[in-house]
Amino acid sequence: MDGDLITMDDMTNEEIVSLLDDAERLLPVAHGEEFLPLLQGKLLANMFFEPSTRTRMSFETAMKRLGGDVVNLGDVKSSSAVKGETLYDTMRMVDGYCDIAALRHPRQGAAQYAADACYIPIMNGGDGAGHHPTQTLLDLFTIRQAHGRLDGLTVALVGDLRYGRTVHSLSHALARFDCELIFISPNQLSMPTEIVSDLTESGSKITETDDLYSAIPDVDVIYMTRIQKERFPDDDEYAKVAGIYKLTAADLTAAKGEMIVMHPLPRVDEISPDVDATRHARYFEQAFNGVVARMALMCKLLGVDIPGGAA
Amino acid sequence: MSTSEMRRVTAINNGTVIDHIPAGSALSVLRMLGISDDRASPISLVMNVPSSKHGRKDIIKVEDRELTQDELDRLALIAPKASVAIIRSYAVAEKREVTIGKELLNVARCTYSNCITNNSREPLDHRLNVVKTDPLELRCRYCGRSQNMKELINNLI
Repeated sequence: MDGDLITMDDMTNEEIVSLLDDAERLLPVAHGEEFLPLLQGKLLANMFFEPSTRTRMSFETAMKRLGGDVVNLGDVKSSSAVKGETLYDTMRMVDGYCDIAALRHPRQGAAQYAADACYIPIMNGGDGAGHHPTQTLLDLFTIRQAHGRLDGLTVALVGDLRYGRTVHSLSHALARFDCELIFISPNQLSMPTEIVSDLTESGSKITETDDLYSAIPDVDVIYMTRIQKERFPDDDEYAKVAGIYKLTAADLTAAKGEMIVMHPLPRVDEISPDVDATRHARYFEQAFNGVVARMALMCKLLGVDIPGGAA
Repeated sequence: MSTSEMRRVTAINNGTVIDHIPAGSALSVLRMLGISDDRASPISLVMNVPSSKHGRKDIIKVEDRELTQDELDRLALIAPKASVAIIRSYAVAEKREVTIGKELLNVARCTYSNCITNNSREPLDHRLNVVKTDPLELRCRYCGRSQNMKELINNLI
């Protein structure tokens, strides 16, 4: 990893596995059972130009659990961005204030742009419909926690695959671990062609379909996503596909016992609340895992070793 | 260039001849190279002439100006197979290749409307990575989107 995390291509498979191992060791710290001030004196800039609950809070929790502190951009409506300040200028300022920054921005490419503008490490917390690699790290952590491995699993990615940045980053990563991917979406929300062609050219086994229910018995992971109203050009286009997939506990009777259902949250109605009580539901643990994954990542980017790791 | 093609335009004394431009692209090439119609020296343009290699092609002759290698490299966007001759005293003094490196720096703006670089006030360079050369595929360094080559011609800087 070269100082920033912008896309999953910034990490080798070995680095991913090593980071997941680090995250595993930080579980007691994330649970508040141990205090390990590895990042004491370090300051995180939480630069969220778009709304976020989990990502922003888990970055903040991760830094504070490790003894560091956080400054927030705050409400973007009261920031300099509304006065017309460029992202470049804002990030140059942050570069002087803080030791590391997490960035979420509505424009695709913003994270790489910020990384080019700054000396401090930049962590992409989501850029438009682009990438969301820290989500991918916690997703991989959750999958490994459930299945004991990442290699050779069959994973269905469901819903908004066009605008859903979490599935873009995740599909690239899973393909590198030889997972079989099933892309399930209505045609207008299918995976962008450049991602499908990249994955296909690299030898990944990909299936594209709009049929969720036939896939359920064969998969190890169902990764549901919200159809994101805010990414649609108009309400009519959104209405055509809203609510197209609704997973219920009854649908899961045909699933493998160890199959897990994941969701980056927030959900609307794509997973029925009755799934929460099944052994397949894993989305709340997944959200918690955001803390350990981001703890491990910040330690890595700031060059801080986590005790108990390989020498 | 065959003798019959040569007859379509007068030979030039000094300047640059760009041959084997894809048919219909000559005006885009002029625009890309920043060659405007208000310059004092003549520009000759031949469009849609028969070509043994490409079926049809365009040719441009720019008098009294020798295009630099940097300028010619920009041609790769539109005319990757163009051949370029520098003319001095009615003779070919030099032949230059159109080449494309690993990155196009400040040649064109990303075609994806929601890319961060499409905020015109953002100051960093416009950078397009060359993924493949035949056919040419470019991706924005920042947003990672594959570029729509037809739209890219309208985004030249």
